[in-house]
Amino acid sequence: MAVCVAVIAKENYPLYIRSVPTENELKFHYMVHTSLDVVDEKISAMGKALVDQRELYLGLLYPTEDYKVYGYVTNSKVKFVMVVDASNTALRDNEIRSMFRKLHNSYTDVMCNPFYDPGDRIQSSRAFDGMVTSMMIQVC
Amino acid sequence: MEAAASGGCGSGPPLLLSEGEQQCYSELFARCAGAAGGGPVSGPPEASRAAPGAATAASGPVADLFRASQLPAETLHQITELCGAKRVGYFGPTQFYVALKLIAAAQSGLPVGIESIKCELPLPRFMMSKTDAEIRFGNMAELHGTKVQIPYLITEKNTFKRMDDEDKQQETQSPTMSPLASPPSSPPHYQRVPLSHGYSKLRKSMEQMHPAPYEARQPLVQPEGPSLGGPGAKPLRHQASLIRSFSVERELQDNNSSYPDEPWRITEEQREYYVNQFRSLQPDPSSFISGSVAKNFFTKSKLSIPELSYIWELSDADCDGALSLPEFCAAFHLIVARKNGYPLPEGLPPTLQPEYLQAAFPKPKWECALFDSYSESVPANQQPRDLNRMEKLSIKDMADFPVPTQDVTGDDKQALKSATDEALPKDMSEDSATPKDSNSLKARPRSRSYSSTSIEEAMKRGEDPPTPPPRPQKTHSRASSLDLNKVFQPSVPASKSGLLPPPPALPPRPCPSQSEQASEAELHPQLNRAPSQAAESSPAKKDIPYSQPPSKPIRRKFRPENQATESQEPTTAVGGPASVATVKPHPTVQKQSSKQKKAIQTAIRKNKEANAVLARLNSELQQQLKEVHQERIALENQLEQLRPVTVL
Repeated sequence: MAVCVAVIAKENYPLYIRSVPTENELKFHYMVHTSLDVVDEKISAMGKALVDQRELYLGLLYPTEDYKVYGYVTNSKVKFVMVVDASNTALRDNEIRSMFRKLHNSYTDVMCNPFYDPGDRIQSSRAFDGMVTSMMIQVC
Repeated sequence: MEAAASGGCGSGPPLLLSEGEQQCYSELFARCAGAAGGGPVSGPPEASRAAPGAATAASGPVADLFRASQLPAETLHQITELCGAKRVGYFGPTQFYVALKLIAAAQSGLPVGIESIKCELPLPRFMMSKTDAEIRFGNMAELHGTKVQIPYLITEKNTFKRMDDEDKQQETQSPTMSPLASPPSSPPHYQRVPLSHGYSKLRKSMEQMHPAPYEARQPLVQPEGPSLGGPGAKPLRHQASLIRSFSVERELQDNNSSYPDEPWRITEEQREYYVNQFRSLQPDPSSFISGSVAKNFFTKSKLSIPELSYIWELSDADCDGALSLPEFCAAFHLIVARKNGYPLPEGLPPTLQPEYLQAAFPKPKWECALFDSYSESVPANQQPRDLNRMEKLSIKDMADFPVPTQDVTGDDKQALKSATDEALPKDMSEDSATPKDSNSLKARPRSRSYSSTSIEEAMKRGEDPPTPPPRPQKTHSRASSLDLNKVFQPSVPASKSGLLPPPPALPPRPCPSQSEQASEAELHPQLNRAPSQAAESSPAKKDIPYSQPPSKPIRRKFRPENQATESQEPTTAVGGPASVATVKPHPTVQKQSSKQKKAIQTAIRKNKEANAVLARLNSELQQQLKEVHQERIALENQLEQLRPVTVL
């Protein structure tokens, strides 16, 4: 279960960012922002090979004391970043992959909507919101 | 009851039903079973297999009834599971009663479980649509004879109208019927009467265009219930007139808007309008409207972009970025509803889902191709289809409902059966057989495929006529072996090629003559020289060796020379035997030969012209040659004269 989910556009501005409501949400935003550098690094490292060979799932970008940050990049350079709680050891890599896949599918559904302007913030799609909510940690 | 309950429930505890409950449950069950046409069974929505046997309630009316209980879908699923219908595959009496009890429990706020049904519970409440009112009744209070527990709400505009007519009929014909006094055997009458009251209330609330939840209307109708016993006939008539006026207003208002109570149901007129709009955007009703086209179209509705985006999200069920016809109708309907002030629903209402829309509105023949493409995509979800089916049947039922009689229950069933029979050929709705989906699926594509293929064929035929006419001109109809196309092509090569394979009937004669002619065309320059310049036969022969370098013509010359000697004299007459040869009684051969003749004649003409030119050229060159010869002789003479002088 994620603590924060973010969708970053190709130009590295956020299309969608949502985190579990805590007192200091800004730190999540900061973590996502810094993770973008790592994402770029990973992309460019594989960039020598064909783009097709590059896997979309980037894996653990960097761990911190409390959190772990995972990354995923689409072929159109749209990045998904997910911050999970480090203490949640039960979370397997496959689960993270499946979560990213769900995110990707929801994102493409949003893209299919002709009223959505690519590059806009994703704010009108309730399906997308619902999907992200299902992924986030249920804070009672 | 208890034994049956325990037997049916299996692991469940014995079901204790009070007398009132028993009566009303059995009535409900009879309704559900009767509505299905008796006997035939359908499984619960999840398992659509036929379970033959004892009295069972069809899942269609049962599903409708459950939905009318206003419980959320998950609760209904839970109830269906718990009552055992899922396990056994059909709604037997025990399952049905357990389900009803669970519904009552859920409505009372108790958790859905077997334990909750052990205690004493009020009767379940059902919000009935008009169809339900027709087919079955949910008013237990009638049996108790005390108070109306279940309000009846008409949820469709059409049903409003028809019900009004019905009520008027009923009221005029059976004015003395008062609800509470009526015997339990005629519940439908009772239903209709409170319905009329409900109508007046509803219409008042409707005019505010208030999409209030159904529960809000309950208090409106409930106080009406107890007062029904009093007024009797006169207020009914009065109500009818009121309702008539209201219904007229309603109709005027609802030209293109949705009806107030059930805004998510599409009427026929609306459907027609949407389909026309679809066709204006995309002529093929079975194809898709692309996202950009739809965006431009819907933006004209002047709704905000986020709302349009949300409507799209709701209506594009398969998220492919394009709208099929049912998706388009759903989207259009939502837009219309929104423009009329309705808040957009959280999820796509079942009546707007593509599968439902396909089933609900059987298309006329010319649009049947649409369903061919969708027949495979119909899901196993029977509920909306059942709902639709029953409603359609009930609408037809209403339409041809005869004079109401005392024994309405029997009439209901019969009318339903007749309506079913009528409906079957009309809109291919399923009968209550279990494999509804597959039947309808098979039936629809089968019948519609015929009409669709005929349409396609007609369309194709429409395109065919232009192409055939040119063809016969080029090719002869009967000739098989002779390819006159080649004959008609450049005559020189044709003549050179020897006029190709001649018709098998005339191989001996035309062949040599034709080949002669062909070769003669070649030889004309030489042959012309020969007859025209008879004196220059020697120079002609000389010319022949001069013209040797071009080897090909030489071969042809040599060949025909053998023949040319034979046919030199009748050069022009060669055409004669050829034509004579060709003039044979065979009409086909005649045609061919006449065409050949013409070809040959044109070839001859052209060759003659060429011959003339070449002959002139030849003569000129010969002249030059003579002169050159003479000069040479002169020079040689001079040389000889000069030589003796030098030789000393």
